[in-house]
Amino acid sequence: MSESKRPLPQPTPETKHFWEGTKAGEIRLQRCDDCANVYFPPRPFCPGCASRNVSVFAASGKARLFSYVIHHRPAPGFTPPYAIAVVELEEGPRLMTNIVGCPQTPEALPLDMALVPHFEKMNDDITLPLFQPAKG
Amino acid sequence: MLKKNEIAVVGAAETTRLGVIPDMSNIQLHADCALNAMADAGLKPSDIDGIACAGESPTNMAHYLGLTPKWVDGTAVGGCSFMIHVRHAAAAISAGLCTTVLITHGESGKSQIGLNRAPPSRQSLMGQFEMPYGVYGPPSMFTVPVLRMMKETGLTEEHLATVATIQREWSSQNPRAMMKDLCSVDDVLNSRMIAWPFRLFMCCLVTDGGGALILTSADRAKDMPQKPVYIMGTGESVETPMISQMADFTRSRAFRVAGPTAFAAAGIKHADVDHLMIYDAFAHLPIYGLEDLGFVGRGEAGPFIMERNTAPGGKLPMNTNGGGLSYTHTGMYGMFALQESVRQMRGTAPAQVKGAKISVCHGVGGMFAASGTIVFTNEA
Repeated sequence: MSESKRPLPQPTPETKHFWEGTKAGEIRLQRCDDCANVYFPPRPFCPGCASRNVSVFAASGKARLFSYVIHHRPAPGFTPPYAIAVVELEEGPRLMTNIVGCPQTPEALPLDMALVPHFEKMNDDITLPLFQPAKG
Repeated sequence: MLKKNEIAVVGAAETTRLGVIPDMSNIQLHADCALNAMADAGLKPSDIDGIACAGESPTNMAHYLGLTPKWVDGTAVGGCSFMIHVRHAAAAISAGLCTTVLITHGESGKSQIGLNRAPPSRQSLMGQFEMPYGVYGPPSMFTVPVLRMMKETGLTEEHLATVATIQREWSSQNPRAMMKDLCSVDDVLNSRMIAWPFRLFMCCLVTDGGGALILTSADRAKDMPQKPVYIMGTGESVETPMISQMADFTRSRAFRVAGPTAFAAAGIKHADVDHLMIYDAFAHLPIYGLEDLGFVGRGEAGPFIMERNTAPGGKLPMNTNGGGLSYTHTGMYGMFALQESVRQMRGTAPAQVKGAKISVCHGVGGMFAASGTIVFTNEA
């Protein structure tokens, strides 16, 4: 995968903690202090109960491969075929990502495979949370 | 509350040509079908006092067509915007906000002339949390939930391929369809890989075209030239702009709100439905639609289609124009599904379902982001 031309995120005030987290090697989620709902993507209130009492915490990083496609057409910054995946974190939320460290084939990408994060530094501001198969 | 059969479609038309139309811009495609729909209904611009559209703003269209509306709706939630426009227009006419609404769709999806499309901002949630991972158009996003659906419900690649082959059986009867040659499951599975498990023939066409509808009260419809097609029930909803954040990858929440809302308003059961349109941007959409609207149980849609229930001669004829996969798909296909429902209710469809009295037209917008459902009938 060539990484240079991907459209990189531009953090906003509400998402800054997430992107600071990936730079520090953490996937930072939010939890509602009132109803305990854990949610993603970031926002300064709970989408379950509308409470503004929410806290940021570091997820364990443990995840499973929830679903994906193997894209066979070229896209900026990518050489096909490559998997566009959604992973489910141990804490519940799901996020889109890419799976690295294994062939981009259906055989190498069984659903529910255990995954761990691979933090890919793109530049001084942005580190993307990619995932790779968990060892053992 | 909007009453059953209180409002009717009295004008319906597509653009004069469909497919590749390099000599018309986006706004002219809206206008071309709008003029055709006004001619169909026997109405002049001065008779229209409401305008709804997506892809162009209502301001653009009112000005371009020379309309002075007293009701406007620019709901733009993707390809089912037009189902939602029908719902909103029916409510507005019922409430007395206006009398006669024009709904337009036009899209230069293939030729890309004067097209109003902007990629999401990199500061948007999609820009931050999906675009960095190589998503590149609907084929790379709309398809993402399907492997999970296959694992959890037993849906197979052959089921998905059969959605395409059966819709080709329908389009083969339709002179205006872009793709009319019959194809086999092997042809579909051997067509070019786009985003595994999706092959080219499981993905919609990319075309130029448009369609327009005119709605008024059932009372006024009695004096108009076309056989009225009544709005029996309607529903709408939205879920999420991000496919990765769909609550359940095997069910669409928006479908499961819009569909039952429309059925309840119409007071119908599934067995009452003679004709069905389910927006098929990709081959899995009719699968989700059949299950989420309750026509079949979970995991049953693939076998149901394979057993030819939705094929010509089947008990639930579906996507009888050939659908987005084989008829046309400009980008926001929902208008063409509505047009086919209206033709079926008028009795003028190329692949007419004999004696059809109730047609359900179910749309999707974005990538499972939105939904609108309309139940039509030709009996007041």
